[in-house]
Amino acid sequence: MIIGLDMGGTHVDAVLMDGGRVIHAVKNPINRQDALESIWAALKQLLSGYGQSKIDRIHLSTTVSTNAIVEGKAAPVGMIIQKGPGLPHDFSDCGEERIFVSGYTDHRGTVIKDLDPEEIEQGITVFKEKNIQNCAVVTKFSTRNPSHELAIRDQIKHGLAFVTMGHTLSGKLNFPRRVYTAYLNAAVYSAFKEFSNNIKRALVREGIHAPLYVLKADGGTISLEKAEEKPVETILSGPAASFMGISAMLGTDEDAVLLDIGGTTTDIFFLADGVPLFEPWGIDIGPYKTLVRAIYSTSIGLGGDSGIQIRDGRIRIGPTREGRPYAFGGPKPTPTDAMVVLGLINEGDKTRAWECMGALGRELNASAEETAKDILKAMGERIKNTVNQLLDKINARPVYTVRELLHGKTLKPKRIHVIGGPAKALAPILEEAFGLPCHYPEHYDVANAVGAALAKTTTEITLFADTSEGVLLVPELGIRQPIPRNFSADQARERAALLLKEQAISLGAKQSEMEVEITEQSAFNMVRNFYNTGQNIRVTAQVQPGILYRFRGD
Amino acid sequence: MMKANNKVGLVFFPAFDWAISPTHPEREERLLYTQDQLFEEGIADIEGIHFINPIKAESKDIQRVHFCVPTVEDRLTQSHYISAGGAIKAFQSVMDKEVDKAFALVRPPGHHAQRVVYGDRGFCIVNVEAVMIERIRQQYENLRVAIVDTDCHHGDGTEDIYWNDRDTLFISIHQDGRTLYPGTGSIDEFGGPGAYGYNINIPLPPHTGEEGFLYTLDNVVLPILDEYKPDVVINSAGQDNHYSDPITNMNFTAQGYAQLTHRLNPDVAVLEGGYSIEGALPYVNLGILLAMAGMDYSHVKEPDYDKEKLKQSSRVTEHVKQVCDLVYNRWKNREQLRSKLFNGTDHVERSRRIYFDTDNILETQTQRFSLCPRCSGLSTIDSRSDGGQRIFAITIPRDGCSNCVDAGYKLYRDTSLKYTNVYLSDRVHDVFQSKGRRGT
Repeated sequence: MIIGLDMGGTHVDAVLMDGGRVIHAVKNPINRQDALESIWAALKQLLSGYGQSKIDRIHLSTTVSTNAIVEGKAAPVGMIIQKGPGLPHDFSDCGEERIFVSGYTDHRGTVIKDLDPEEIEQGITVFKEKNIQNCAVVTKFSTRNPSHELAIRDQIKHGLAFVTMGHTLSGKLNFPRRVYTAYLNAAVYSAFKEFSNNIKRALVREGIHAPLYVLKADGGTISLEKAEEKPVETILSGPAASFMGISAMLGTDEDAVLLDIGGTTTDIFFLADGVPLFEPWGIDIGPYKTLVRAIYSTSIGLGGDSGIQIRDGRIRIGPTREGRPYAFGGPKPTPTDAMVVLGLINEGDKTRAWECMGALGRELNASAEETAKDILKAMGERIKNTVNQLLDKINARPVYTVRELLHGKTLKPKRIHVIGGPAKALAPILEEAFGLPCHYPEHYDVANAVGAALAKTTTEITLFADTSEGVLLVPELGIRQPIPRNFSADQARERAALLLKEQAISLGAKQSEMEVEITEQSAFNMVRNFYNTGQNIRVTAQVQPGILYRFRGD
Repeated sequence: MMKANNKVGLVFFPAFDWAISPTHPEREERLLYTQDQLFEEGIADIEGIHFINPIKAESKDIQRVHFCVPTVEDRLTQSHYISAGGAIKAFQSVMDKEVDKAFALVRPPGHHAQRVVYGDRGFCIVNVEAVMIERIRQQYENLRVAIVDTDCHHGDGTEDIYWNDRDTLFISIHQDGRTLYPGTGSIDEFGGPGAYGYNINIPLPPHTGEEGFLYTLDNVVLPILDEYKPDVVINSAGQDNHYSDPITNMNFTAQGYAQLTHRLNPDVAVLEGGYSIEGALPYVNLGILLAMAGMDYSHVKEPDYDKEKLKQSSRVTEHVKQVCDLVYNRWKNREQLRSKLFNGTDHVERSRRIYFDTDNILETQTQRFSLCPRCSGLSTIDSRSDGGQRIFAITIPRDGCSNCVDAGYKLYRDTSLKYTNVYLSDRVHDVFQSKGRRGT
C-alpha cells in the first residue's frame, strides 16, 4: 500500500491506497506552526485500523521548503560567484554575503582565466565572521566545465554545514537562474534537513519502515535522502500534486487543458499528446527565477469562494477571497452562492444564497437566477480567455530549426479535465465556453493526495559531449570524463539513457516503473579551417512523470 | 531581475538544421555558441527582451526585390524564406509598436544578393533587408529608410537594389574592396541618376580598429543621417570586422560593435556575415543586443580582448580620416555632382560582370536607367548567365509616374522571346509578371 500526503495552504490531505484504489482518506486543517505535527496527525489517523507493515512507500508533498522562504526562515547563505565578462548582475537580492571572484570559463568550457585562491580565502573569513554555515558556489558556464566550482568547494568546505554547487542542480545554460537556484538550495537546506531528521526519527519510533519519497515540482518523486541534497526540488510541489491527481484519475493521449478549481484560485496545466508541459527553464519561486524543473502551471485568482462585485454594470469575480461564501455565513456573494441558487450544490443556507444573488440581480436588472447563471458564465469565460492567452504564448515559444518552425507541434486542446470543489457544477459551463468536452472525476476532493501517492520517481540529465576536446559531461551527475574522437551521437544517446536509469534508481525508482525519454538531441559538426574537427553533441533525457497505478473508483 | 530600457524584439533563428554544405562557413554550427552565450547570460529572462519567432516570407515578398531566374521557387531553400521572414517579423513588431527596436539574428545572410538572382553569391541568395523593407513599405507606409551596412564586405547587393532609389539611403562601411571580396564599394559608386549621392561607400583600410570605426560613424555616418532625416534606420549588422574573423583583416571588437550600435541607434538590426563563430559572434551579438536594449554593455568582452594590441596604427588613423573627409565632401556636393554628370541626358547605362562565387555562375548584365522629370524613371536589366540563360527585367519604381507605368507595360508586351525569361516588376501597383521558359 502507498500513502500519499499533500500539505496545502489550508489542509493536509492524506490517502491510503492499494493499487489504484483509495482505502482510506483523511482531510485535516493544517497546523502552520508545526508541519511535522500536521503530517503526523494525518498519518496516524490514516493508519488507524490498518497494518503499518503493509505500507510499501510514503509519498509526501510538503511545504517545508516553501514556507522556509516565504516566512523568512531561510538560512543565511554565503554566495561565491564567478561572473566573468557579460551582464553586470549584482545578485544583491540573494544571499547574506556575496563574494565575486575572478577567473572565467568560456562557452566551450575552456578555462580562460584561473581562480585566485586569495579571494576565496577572504570569502571564508567573511563567512566565518558572520557565522554563515550554508554556501552556494556558482560560476558562469559551470555546466560546460565545473572545475572552478569544484575547486572553490574544495577550498571552502571545511567548517561549513553545506555547500551547493550550481552545476549539480541543472544542466541548463542560464547563469542567473543557476545562481538563484543554488542560493535557494542552500537557504532551505537546514530547514529541510531538520524536517527530514524529525520525520525519520518519528517513523522509526512508530515502527514504520516504508521508504519515504518527496514530491517535486515536476510531478515526480525523489527519495528523502536525495531530497536532503537538493531540497530546492521539493519547493512548490502542490500544483504538481494536483496535476498528478488529475492525470491519475483521467488519462488521455490528446492535447488537453487541466484545471484545478479551488476556493481561492484556479490552477491551469496543459498536456501535449497526453504528456505534461513543463516550464521552459524552471519554476519561479517568489521573486526568484530558477532552474528547478517544473510542470507548467499558472494560477489565477478565481475560485468558488472568490468575492463578486458589480462594477460598471458588469460582473467582476475575484481576484481575492474575502471569506466563506455568503450561503455559508461569509461576507460577500461568491460563485458558490450562484451554484446553490441553481441547485448545483445542496449545502449552505439557500435563503442567504438567494438573498445575495437577488441583491446583485437588482444592480443588473436581472432575476436572482439569471444573475447566478451569468456569474457562472462569466467564470467560464474568464478561464477560457486566460487559457487562450496562455496557449498563444506557449505556441509562440521560440524554435530554432527550419523543421520545427514549419512542421512543429502546435498545442490545440481537444478536451478539458477539471477537479476541485466546483468542478461538477462548472463542467457544463466550461464545455460551452470552450466548445470542448469537459470531464471531471468522482473523487476530486482527494485528488492532490492521490496524485502524490501515485507519482513515479522522475529525473532529468543533460549530456554534453565535445569530441574535438575529447570530453563528455553530465553536470547534474558530476560526470566529466574523456571520450574517443569517434564517439557518436548514437553512443551519446545510449550513454545518456544508461546514466539516466542509474540516476533514477539511485533516487528511488524501480527499474520496472521507468520510461526513459530522450527529450532533446542535437549534434553539430565542428569545422575549423574547413576541416571537421569533431562533433558537439547535446542530449537531454528524462524519466517523465507518470503514475504507478491507474486510479480506480469504488 | 534585469530590465531593458528599450523593449527589444529578438528574432533568434539559428536554423540549426540548415547549411550551404557541411564544411561551409554558413553551416548549422554558426550561431550555436551565440545561443549558448545568450542563454547562459539569461537573456530570455530580461524584462523587455522578447523572443519572437520568424514568419515565412512569401514568394511575392521576394519578387518585390529580386528577379530570380527562372523563378523564386527554383532559387530559394526554406531557410531563405525564413531568414527574410525573420527580418520582416522583426520590423513588423517595431511598426506594430510591440517593441521599440528589433534585432533579427537570422541566417543565411543577404547583403550580396542583387536584383538578378541566378544563384548564391557571397553566401546570399535573398537580400533579407531589402525584402523586409519592401514588405513593410507595402503593408504599412512608404517609409524613408536609411540602411547602414557594418559588415566587413561591401554590401553590393543592397547597393544594386537601391542604386536608383533616393528614398532609401544606403551607407556601406567596409574593408576596402581592393583588398577583399567582392571587390566593389569604392567612393565613386554614388548611385543612379535618380538617386545620385544616396549610395555611399566608406572603404576603410585593413586593420581599422575601434577608433577608426567610431570616427567614421561620428564624422560621416551620423552627420549624413542627421541631414537625411530617415523615418527608420536599419543596420545590416555583419560581424566580420572583428579581429578574430577568419576571412577578413579588420581589428574591430565586441565593445566597438556595442558602442557603434549604441550611437547609431538603429530601429532594426539584421545579422549579415561574421564567421568567427566562437571568438566573436557570442560576444558581438550580446553587445549589440544589450546596446539596443539600452543596457550596460561595458562588461561584454572577448576572453582574449587586449585593447593595447588592437590599437590601430597612426597610418590607419590618417587613412581613415582622409576617406571620411572625401566621402562627406561628396555628400555635401551631391547635387552639383549630379547635374554635372546627368544634365541633358535621357538615360544612363552601366554594364557589369557579376560572379556568383558560391554557385560558380558568371553573369553579364547591362542596366539602363531612364531619366524622368516626374519620377525616378523606368529601369531595365538585360542579363545573361554562362549557364545559357538570358533575361530581360523591367522595373517601374515605387514613385513611377503614369507615363513610366504605361511605358513599362508596353515594353514588357513588346519584348520578344529571344530572352529565356522576361520580367516586369511594377512597384506602383505591387504587380509582378513574367513570361518565358521555366528552366530547370
